[in-house]
Amino acid sequence: MATDETERARGKRAALSFAAVTVLVGLPLWWKTTETYRASLPYSQIAELDTLQFQLMVPISVVFAKGTLPGELQQKLPFRETWEKQTHLQAKTSVTARYETAYRSATSREEQTLAMASVQEADAALLSAQGSALGSLAVYVIPESSPLLPQGMGMYIGKHRSAVVRGPRSPKEVLAAVKARVQQVAEVMSFTAESIAGALPDHIPTDQPGAEWRRPFKSSLGYEITFSLLNPDPKAHDVHWDIEGAVSHYVQPMLDTLGPVANFSVDSQILYYAALGVTPRFDSPTSSFILSAHSLPHVINPVEARLGSSAASLYPVLNFLLYVPERSHSPLYIQDKDGAAVPTNAFHSPRWGGIMVYNVDSVAANKTLLPVRVDVDMVRVMEVFLTQLRLLFGISPVLLPGDTERENPGDAGLADWELDRLLWARTIENVATVSSTLTSLAQLLDKISNIVIKDDVASEVYLAVASAQTAMRELASGHLGLAFHASKEAATSSERAFFDPSLLHLLYFPDDQKFAIYIPLFLPMAVPILLSLAKILHEARQQHKKEPIKTD
Amino acid sequence: MAGASVPLGLLLLGGGRAESPRDALREELLLSPLPSGDLAATFQFRTRWDSELQREGVSHYGLFPKALGQLISKYSVRELHLSLTQGFWRTRSWGQPYLQAPAGAELWVWFQNSVTDVDKAWKDLSNILSGIFCASLNFIDSTNTVTPTASFKPLGLANVTNHHLLIYAVLPREVVCTENLTPWKKLLPCGSKAGLAVLLKAERLFYSSYHSQAVHIRPICRDASCLSISWELRQTLTVVLDIFSIGQGKKDWSLFKMFSRTLTEACPLASESKVYVDISSKDQENELLEVIPPPLSTHEAAVQGERKTYAVYDLLNPALFNVSRSLNVQLKWKRPQDGSHLSMPVLHAQRYVSGYGLQTGEISTLIYNSHLYRAFPILLLETVPWYLRLYVHTLTIITKGKENKPSYIHFQPAQDRRRPHLLEMLIQLPANSVTKITIQFERALLKWTEYTPDPNHGFYVSPSVLSALVPSVLAMKAVDAEQSPLFTSLFPSSDGTSYFVRLYTEPLLVNLPTPDFSMPYNVICLTCTVVAVCYGSFYNLLTRTFHVEEPSRGHLAKRLANIIRKLRGVPLL
Repeated sequence: MATDETERARGKRAALSFAAVTVLVGLPLWWKTTETYRASLPYSQIAELDTLQFQLMVPISVVFAKGTLPGELQQKLPFRETWEKQTHLQAKTSVTARYETAYRSATSREEQTLAMASVQEADAALLSAQGSALGSLAVYVIPESSPLLPQGMGMYIGKHRSAVVRGPRSPKEVLAAVKARVQQVAEVMSFTAESIAGALPDHIPTDQPGAEWRRPFKSSLGYEITFSLLNPDPKAHDVHWDIEGAVSHYVQPMLDTLGPVANFSVDSQILYYAALGVTPRFDSPTSSFILSAHSLPHVINPVEARLGSSAASLYPVLNFLLYVPERSHSPLYIQDKDGAAVPTNAFHSPRWGGIMVYNVDSVAANKTLLPVRVDVDMVRVMEVFLTQLRLLFGISPVLLPGDTERENPGDAGLADWELDRLLWARTIENVATVSSTLTSLAQLLDKISNIVIKDDVASEVYLAVASAQTAMRELASGHLGLAFHASKEAATSSERAFFDPSLLHLLYFPDDQKFAIYIPLFLPMAVPILLSLAKILHEARQQHKKEPIKTD
Repeated sequence: MAGASVPLGLLLLGGGRAESPRDALREELLLSPLPSGDLAATFQFRTRWDSELQREGVSHYGLFPKALGQLISKYSVRELHLSLTQGFWRTRSWGQPYLQAPAGAELWVWFQNSVTDVDKAWKDLSNILSGIFCASLNFIDSTNTVTPTASFKPLGLANVTNHHLLIYAVLPREVVCTENLTPWKKLLPCGSKAGLAVLLKAERLFYSSYHSQAVHIRPICRDASCLSISWELRQTLTVVLDIFSIGQGKKDWSLFKMFSRTLTEACPLASESKVYVDISSKDQENELLEVIPPPLSTHEAAVQGERKTYAVYDLLNPALFNVSRSLNVQLKWKRPQDGSHLSMPVLHAQRYVSGYGLQTGEISTLIYNSHLYRAFPILLLETVPWYLRLYVHTLTIITKGKENKPSYIHFQPAQDRRRPHLLEMLIQLPANSVTKITIQFERALLKWTEYTPDPNHGFYVSPSVLSALVPSVLAMKAVDAEQSPLFTSLFPSSDGTSYFVRLYTEPLLVNLPTPDFSMPYNVICLTCTVVAVCYGSFYNLLTRTFHVEEPSRGHLAKRLANIIRKLRGVPLL
């Protein structure tokens, strides 16, 4: 009986050690060899980014010319003041604008400048004297009686980053009046709640249907601008355009100014037999052809097939089409919703480009032999295209307060502060895009557990998060240039992480196949172990039941 | 007389237009009845662009397509040749082709000297071309890419001799269809709206025995002094239509019958728009065929060693449309053709794979030189994928029963999954001879993920390429290749006594040992079962409790045994 007992104990020990080896060695080994490699990601920081709480700091310096401040206030200069304005865009998202205003009196050089004859000269001289950082503003307050601003004009906004403000008549509430003016200036020259909301289209529910149409191009690292001349009737019209000259004269200066925002490349092409998708309606009273506003959406699609995608880069393409209508359809006019002819004869499609219809003088054409040589008036065309280009980039015309005048930006086509406005909006848009890209990446990885996360993907994610945080920090400390740069880097890294091809090497093991492979091995191995464990457990329980009786 | 005046007119036209336009387009269509009774139609559209593509930062495109222009300037391409072909040009029955292309897709590119990473540029370029032409060129990778040393010379202006800038790849599996034709047509300035391109209707073009479309881009001299370069884009399309099946047993054809369209106008942008019909007959005394409407002029030329006569219809000549508004070229045979005078082309080749079983095999190439008294050398290029392991020591070249030693051999062995075999040889072909080249190979076992979805179909081996300067029977005038019509082809002929021919042999289809693809699962199941059985008995042995059983009566087995023992007379248990 004793040998029997030892034999049974040995069997029990063997079964237990089998179970122990399986659990301690087998299971971890199996787990280790079949797991997918997933580098750790900063989930909490991504979630933090997703709240999108922007703090924007605008450094403003207010310079008082002689005679604008009463004596006791003059003594207090220079001093600083900060005020904040918070806008809640959504439950989570909010934008806090902090205006850090430094008040000081004008230096002698500035006094000299402000005493100049015309405000335009003063504006140019102030830039060279001061030099300005991206995003900063300077407001010059001049005495009420100063001849620098013409009569009736209370504020002048220059080409660069400065404004000249006429001081109030009574010197008592001068500070309050100046502060109100400075707020106006800041809204015009940096951002408003609306311009910020416009940059966050995916985060803000848009109520009005028209908002869709004002959406600018998505922020990207570069853009391809393509000018296409569509000549559907080369038998009748031999169209020539001096696109090279027009690009170097009109487009390039503006793109040079926009250089900090993105890279641009410009090309042009001529497409023959490229017709619009709709047949225009003949209008007998004016003996012309008419494209009505509601048919315009159908115009683009057939043309787009001919435009050809850009083969050499991945940047979005902005298309500008100059359409010379067929002889049998000219002259062709675009009619707006009210039935009036559009004076520019052009329209634009948001996030795509613009189309302009260029009518050939048909009277002259009748006399001569076909084809008629047509030389396109590039000034007229480029005027329209540049306006459309500004619209597509979201450089919309700003509402100016009543007694204000702004300087014409001149050759560059863009004032410095307009660039600032664009940079503010683009920085915020970039950060928002990064946060939504990373959030969706995190959600995706969370949902599909088979995706491999390689180290380089993880490092791109970390880089994106760090850059986005830097961008937020720089925004809060008023360094617009640095913030934009960081946001661009963040956008690049987040896109690279999201579109990394290694994420697509998803290990596709559906559960049924997994079981089909595992069952032949695991079932025969697991059943004896489980059975003997159950038996041991059962015996132990019976022993346990017996023992108390014994002790009793 | 008329034949002599046409080239002169051409030259004058060319001379007058040399300085004025920046771009020029010339379109040509050549219709040639083949000896077998089929009809070959070759379209050629030449777009010339007077621009230094690489130098200009901002690019402005006129007639030249923007997509290709961007490609050339971005990847610093010197020359690009892409062809997509369905079917095989039967040299024996159709004669020498003007421009043959191998079945499937062929791409070869010369890069500029400035390109440092040729492989990277090649990869990107083939991917983008794959997008532009909707073809599977993205399957071009290092396993089917080679750098030939001698077979492919730049066709345009070039002073490069560094053959590392040349890359060549063939995808014999590629199927060409309408989706490849549409983007090709889109590159034409007139699209398919006007000019000769209106004939390009997909349902007719693909109802043919051979369809080949190609794009050739090369730099050429802008003028005679050649101080600056222009870019030339040639888009060619060749179809061989089976006239018998279209025309219900008759060999007469017309444009309308073949393409279900007629020509009404030239492309307004073209500076030249012509239709050529090959009306040369073998025996001069009695004319066999008649073309309607009668051509306004004819053109005589020596093409590939033969004297040919072409009827020329110039669509830019308003006199052509005086009688009727549209041009429907018709050809009628005056009496039934006997078809006996199938003349053998001077050079043709044939290739097949032989052997049995799935382990070894042999590739045999037969090259025919049917020139009666002239010997000439040919360059043979073979690209064989790595999974056919060539045994170079088995390479034999036999002509007229004797061994023929090649004067130049370049062999680059394959590396598994990295690059294919490349074999280039310069072989002298004696007059009126057949040369047989054989090489043995062993079939490799692939990894089970490397098989194509239909592995039992077999694996393609790309055609071998034969390049030769074939001596001409006729003395040919050296002509200005730039101005002459398309049948002088892309290849410059060095002198009047020979002409350049590039031929492609058939692609081969080789079966590889193909496993049963459910094998991995079977192996898993079998292994698991074996493991489970071993494990089970081992487990039982170790965990079961063994104790000695007291012998006791009454067991059925024991009783049975005792009955047997009693019968045998042995003591009971």
